[in-house]
Amino acid sequence: MLEARQITYIYGAGTPFEIKALDGADFSVSAGEFAGVIGHTGSGKSTLIQHLNGLLKPHGGQVLLEGRDIWDKGNKMRNVRFAVGLVFQYPEYQLFEETVEKDIAFGPKAMGLSEIEISERTAEAMELVGLDKSIAAKSPFDLSGGQKRRAAIAGVIAMRPKVLVLDEPTAGLDPSGRREIMSLLSAYRKQSGAAVVLVTHSMEDIARAADSLTVLSRSKTVARGSLNEVFHNRETLTQIGLDVPAVTRVLLRLRSLGLDVDTEAYTLEDAIESLSRLRAGNHPVAAETTSPPVGGTPPQEENKRGLTFNSPLGRGGRESDGVVSC
Amino acid sequence: MLKDITLGQYFPGSSLVHKLDPRVKFILLFCFITALLMARHPLTYAGVLVYLVSAIAVSRVKPKALMKGLRPMLFIIIFTALLNMFYTPGEPLVSFWVFKISAEGIQRAVFMALRLLMLISATFMLTYTTSPIALSDALARLLSPLAKLRVPVHEFAMMMTIALRFIPTIIEETDKIMSAQKARGADFETGNLFRRAKALIPLLVPLFVSAFRRADDLAVAMECRCYRGGEGRTRLKQLHMTGKDTLTLLGSLLLLSGVTVLGRLGWFLP
Ligand SMILES: Nc1ncnc2c1ncn2[C@@H]1O[C@H](COP(=O)(O)OP(=O)(O)OP(=O)(O)O)[C@@H](O)[C@H]1O
Ligand SMILES: [Mg+2]
Repeated sequence: MLEARQITYIYGAGTPFEIKALDGADFSVSAGEFAGVIGHTGSGKSTLIQHLNGLLKPHGGQVLLEGRDIWDKGNKMRNVRFAVGLVFQYPEYQLFEETVEKDIAFGPKAMGLSEIEISERTAEAMELVGLDKSIAAKSPFDLSGGQKRRAAIAGVIAMRPKVLVLDEPTAGLDPSGRREIMSLLSAYRKQSGAAVVLVTHSMEDIARAADSLTVLSRSKTVARGSLNEVFHNRETLTQIGLDVPAVTRVLLRLRSLGLDVDTEAYTLEDAIESLSRLRAGNHPVAAETTSPPVGGTPPQEENKRGLTFNSPLGRGGRESDGVVSC
Repeated sequence: MLKDITLGQYFPGSSLVHKLDPRVKFILLFCFITALLMARHPLTYAGVLVYLVSAIAVSRVKPKALMKGLRPMLFIIIFTALLNMFYTPGEPLVSFWVFKISAEGIQRAVFMALRLLMLISATFMLTYTTSPIALSDALARLLSPLAKLRVPVHEFAMMMTIALRFIPTIIEETDKIMSAQKARGADFETGNLFRRAKALIPLLVPLFVSAFRRADDLAVAMECRCYRGGEGRTRLKQLHMTGKDTLTLLGSLLLLSGVTVLGRLGWFLP
């Protein structure tokens, strides 16, 4: 559906301040897929996604939308922008209209839609992101931070892009705000069938929502594939200072202690299920779990927290952050 | 694309020119321009040209970068040169329709173009080799005697420092907002003047909002660090004249005044 091949991009090309932000990075997302992009600060994530809708022109490589190079002559760039909706980091800073409604309508208006269609899409987008109708006529500058963020996301959703790309949409929000954004993304995907690309620092968010994952490090794509494929190759992740989700680390630890658990669980719910399956079946060396392992490592901490506080598939686990490395 | 603006751009380096005391550079620029404007005789032109070219060579500023800065001015330079060429009275060498070109005209045009080119290049040399902060610092120090006349030199310098400091930030921000609006289908490049002006609203509103927010944050941050105006303020980086600075200053002054005086004398001789 949308593919970036061997993208190279240099900021300030031709000046003494050249920075090679991308050096042969690959990325792809198929129709309806939820793709995650993860990598450290400065690894080139934001740069990569700005190539996806043609905001940046690669110095090397190509971007294909439905098999066609978006930089081909005769290709209307604005149509690419409408097909690939991009939500920037801190999108609330781009709000400008007098009312929330007008701001959300900016994109659809630029597409040249009819008045009726525009107001229909605006209302739909507002509902999707969970903004109440009563604030439609308010100034966007009078909203709270989280509401502003959602209004800005609605502005892109209203264009009904085939691929919705978001750059750290949960940055700077509290856990409940993050959860709301994440669930609205899933809801949007379900309702529209669009592909979603999520740039994030949180392995947990990826584990919960994404089908596939692209890992960037130092301007290059170092791993790419389904969650299973990427997480099976844990060394690659740890080498660049990332790791599999915390619950998976716990399961891996349990397995290394001799417990026959399924380590292909990346969210708390899956992990609990995997463990309860264990309880239902045979439990070879169950005593191991309670005896303190050598060193008392952080995974053990996570383990305790996860198993004691969250038995009723609670919300606590979602707040743990995947970037903690050990 | 906005990044291409070289206005006051600084190219860091470690050459003699870069390391020179910024006050010295200011004074030298002033003297250079004076010498340039007083030049009549080809000898003086040659002298200041050699001076400028060697300064460029020593600074290792790439000629390409200099060219880039000069490009926007090229039109004015050519226009001025052409005016001088056609409107200088003298024995016409060629003439067609209402235009007459004389030897004097050609000479005037060449000198005029050369003068403008050197004037602009020299100014760029100052901004290319001196960081904006050093520039405003130097200017404040050079103007500090005016404080006795109740001219608010410190406030002026502080405003300039802040403005210079925030130019790159605001350019970056403009780029970012522009990209974000383009992603929503904004079109800044086509349409007539009216439509283009209107297309700027989605850019300008967020830009102003964020500029005010930044100004507010900065004011709070300054107050948190007990900023209370210029009185009794000391500097982290003191400017010191070194032997090299004095030597360069004296040498350059001697050279520039030398060629000026010689050129003037030469003018009166046959
Ligand atoms: N507009 C720009 N001009 C110059 N250099 C830039 C610009 N934007 C990014 N860079 C540089 O390019 C590199 C990659 O930046 P990028 O913003 O793509 O990283 P990122 O992975 O999104 O990081 P983060 O997680 O902090 O958002 C960095 O070294 C950065 O300094
Ligand atoms: Mg980024």
